[in-house]
Amino acid sequence: MSEIPLLRIEKVGKAFGRHQVLREVSLDVHAGQVLCVIGPSGSGKSTLLRCVNRLEVPDSGYVYLEGQPVGFRWTGDGLHEMTSAQLAAQRRRMGMVFQNFHLFPHRRVIDNVTEGPVVVNGLDRATAREQAMGLLTKVGLADKAGAFPESLSGGQQQRVAIARSLAMRPALMLFDEPTSALDPELVGDVLDVMRDLARDGMTMVVVTHEMAFARDVADQVVFMDGGRVVEAGPPERIFGAPEHERTRSFLSRVL
Amino acid sequence: MTFAGSPARESAGGGAFRSAEGARRVPLRHPWWWAGGAVLVLLIALFARLLVTNENMRWSVVLEYLFDGEILGGLVTTLELTVLAMVLGLALGVVLAVMRLSANPLFRSVSWLWLWFFRGVPPLVQMVFWFNLATLIPVIELGVPFGPALASWDTNTVVSSFSAAILGLALTESAYAAEMIRAGIQAVPQGQTEAALVVGMSRFQVLRRVVLPQALRIVVPPIGNDLISMLKFTSLVSVLATPDLLYSAQMIYSRNYRTIPLLLVATIWYLVLTTLLTLAQQQVERRMQLTRAAAGRAGDVRRLRFLPSFGKA
Ligand SMILES: Nc1ncnc2c1ncn2[C@@H]1O[C@H](COP(=O)(O)OP(=O)(O)OP(=O)(O)O)[C@@H](O)[C@H]1O
Ligand SMILES: [Mg+2]
Repeated sequence: MSEIPLLRIEKVGKAFGRHQVLREVSLDVHAGQVLCVIGPSGSGKSTLLRCVNRLEVPDSGYVYLEGQPVGFRWTGDGLHEMTSAQLAAQRRRMGMVFQNFHLFPHRRVIDNVTEGPVVVNGLDRATAREQAMGLLTKVGLADKAGAFPESLSGGQQQRVAIARSLAMRPALMLFDEPTSALDPELVGDVLDVMRDLARDGMTMVVVTHEMAFARDVADQVVFMDGGRVVEAGPPERIFGAPEHERTRSFLSRVL
Repeated sequence: MTFAGSPARESAGGGAFRSAEGARRVPLRHPWWWAGGAVLVLLIALFARLLVTNENMRWSVVLEYLFDGEILGGLVTTLELTVLAMVLGLALGVVLAVMRLSANPLFRSVSWLWLWFFRGVPPLVQMVFWFNLATLIPVIELGVPFGPALASWDTNTVVSSFSAAILGLALTESAYAAEMIRAGIQAVPQGQTEAALVVGMSRFQVLRRVVLPQALRIVVPPIGNDLISMLKFTSLVSVLATPDLLYSAQMIYSRNYRTIPLLLVATIWYLVLTTLLTLAQQQVERRMQLTRAAAGRAGDVRRLRFLPSFGKA
């Protein structure tokens, strides 16, 4: 494939103190693809996602978004580290949804969604609200626009968090175990919203323990263990005929 | 060992199970509660009699001066001092708190030194010091550091007794406010910062739009306490002959020697103001709670904190 991948992770390494959490992780995600990352707890999945939008700074390797290294700018004489304003501009291209939602508790649902467009993009309030109502309708929460986050269920909060990310019109969405903190009966609504997103052609990287979701929606599944990509491929192969013993034993435990 | 529990021993009254339904119930009595209450009521009655019957109270004089022009003028000055010192102190406090949490060690140390100094020096000492600043620095200059001056003022005209008072109160408040606000900022979960960064906010926007609004909600109760403390500690300015509420009363009784009634006038006004502030504080807290259930979490952090340095004998 000669087309530039939307997201390229190139030999990313990261250690916390003496604990090497990521070792030379390389991955490509093309526009419109859904990549699901699976693996045991502590294998470095969250850290990998956080290296993508530079919430964690990789020790080695680079992440490229739309061909541009994240956190750096090309100039005549080489790579220059970005100012925080430049990095913020790059982050706008990537949405992120956290396990614990992290909605802004002091703002109503609608304001959570309009905050980015208004504060960051300088969009006028009326247009932002209109757009936000569209997104809330899409995630099935238009009737909660005036509520405060703490009055919503976990599943509802997570769908608001998705709407908040989408309001910035990102090119890429990162999901870090978006359903792990939810009661089982609330998981389905969130996964449905994510399925819709995938169908609409959003490029997504999803860290998940929902194997059925990965099997249905992913174009590519990556199995990580011990900070390495052990195995990557289409879901049929990873779930149907895994090559590595570690993948097999992990899947036998979770399926 | 069994977890089923041993079979209930036969009660003294014999083997039959006795249902409690329909039986007469005798509530627990609280004799000490009543005795204590009676003593308190007695003490209050004695105190009230003292207030009403003691000749030296001179309630007629109190009434006469309660709405006196000089007193009301002093009241306005007291309010001005309170509001100005509080606003300045809080604004400085926010800056100091952010500096204290900065990654830059120089910012952190400067903030630490500031807190150490202004928390350590009593505001009364500061006020007198600021008032006498002209002795140390006769002329205030604005210009290029270590270079030529662009403008200059006579220190004595800039630092009046009023601004000396504001400085002393505001700088002390800034040190206390900084510590409260720092605690408030640290109580905002890291995930909030990350969520805001991910939306593409700059560091400053994260602070201004996400972290500070939540931190300030957390510190509303202690700041309310500070405001009330501030109102009372403005009375220190009478030392600088600033005509606040207390000093106005003092000036009047130095002329007519009706000391106690005029102190009562000041006392009544201070109580009225603190009552109003307390009510306002409750309103603000209630409104904040509507938007954030956890608002009261960090409340009443340091009720006693002014006592050590502010206590005026
Ligand atoms: N900020 C940090 N400081 C120190 N160690 C960290 C930090 N963040 C993560 N780690 C460690 O790095 C390792 C990988 O963490 P990470 O959160 O990436 O794993 P994960 O695959 O997402 O696991 P889980 O499925 O439990 O979320 C863990 O051992 C964790 O303790
Ligand atoms: Mg994780």
